[in-house]
Amino acid sequence: MSKDQFEYVLRAGDDALILGQQLGLLTGHGPVIEEDIALTNIGLDQIGQARAWLSLAGRLEHAASSELTLRDEDALTFLRDAPEFCNCLLVERPNGDFGDTIARQFLYDNYAVLWLEAMTASSNDEMAGIAAKSVKEARYHLQHSSRWVLRLGDGTTESHSRMQASLGRMWPYVNELFDVDELTTRAASEGWGVDPSKLRSAWDAGVNAVLAEATLSRPDDDFSMRGGRTGSHTEAFGFMLAEMQFLQRAYPDCNW
Amino acid sequence: MSSETKKKWPLWEVFIRSRQGLSHKHAGSLHAADAEMALENARDVYTRRNEGESLWVVEAVHIVASSPGDKSTYFDPANDKVYRHPTFYKLPDEVKHM
Repeated sequence: MSKDQFEYVLRAGDDALILGQQLGLLTGHGPVIEEDIALTNIGLDQIGQARAWLSLAGRLEHAASSELTLRDEDALTFLRDAPEFCNCLLVERPNGDFGDTIARQFLYDNYAVLWLEAMTASSNDEMAGIAAKSVKEARYHLQHSSRWVLRLGDGTTESHSRMQASLGRMWPYVNELFDVDELTTRAASEGWGVDPSKLRSAWDAGVNAVLAEATLSRPDDDFSMRGGRTGSHTEAFGFMLAEMQFLQRAYPDCNW
Repeated sequence: MSSETKKKWPLWEVFIRSRQGLSHKHAGSLHAADAEMALENARDVYTRRNEGESLWVVEAVHIVASSPGDKSTYFDPANDKVYRHPTFYKLPDEVKHM
């Protein structure tokens, strides 16, 4: 069970970590200073969540096979290669233009709030605790990204068409969020995890409501990209990882 | 770029109440396109280190301010009227905080 829990918590940690890293890359590059601070603040929340999940993941892995050395959150972040990461593909989409960043955030936040809310009922106290703390942050992130979708979608002709295009670019990565596999099935049936497919209708309702108000049309669901959960990542992922891990790789155990 | 996109976002003044029972104090200013954005930006820019528990934002154009040129007319006359300060009363010892 610990091994299952390790892999399951690792997914949550990797989602938060990779999105946090992406938002961190925007430091000093936000469209205006206030939004720069807002986005990096959200990124910092994600890194905080990643830290909690990954630290727990390391302990669960160690509990499952104590002959392995304990990997802490730093080891899991900086010393794994791309195929060992199991984040969803959505969070590794490049920041692109501001519309892309907001579309990615909006689609993910809607999922994160639902997933974290469901996880507060986990039979594992540590998981439930991290979820309860994180969901407060996630609700704020969702409010922030939703309002931007409204402003841009229902804004000028230019902002509307660019928001619509960004939505279309991110949409193929939505279905993966709700994929069921053997791990999520065991997690849900044993009571410490969530069946992601059960979150889909609430996600649809939340997203549809904002898109309608923003006068944006919902892209088609017919094409989706998958593979993040099993370590098959997109081309951009390796470059992002290289930047994230460079320091620890070049100067192992360096500190400041 | 159209003239519409060149327009600057209005300036907002931010007031924070740090604790229950205290009054809101001016903390700074920021730019935002609408009131909701102003409140979110105020939260992100000014309250990340536990500075407060309530926020006010008001568009700067709505604040009517005294002009620095009026300083002497407005405030100097109060200087020489010591009798407006309650310094000539004998306070009973029981009154600690005045």
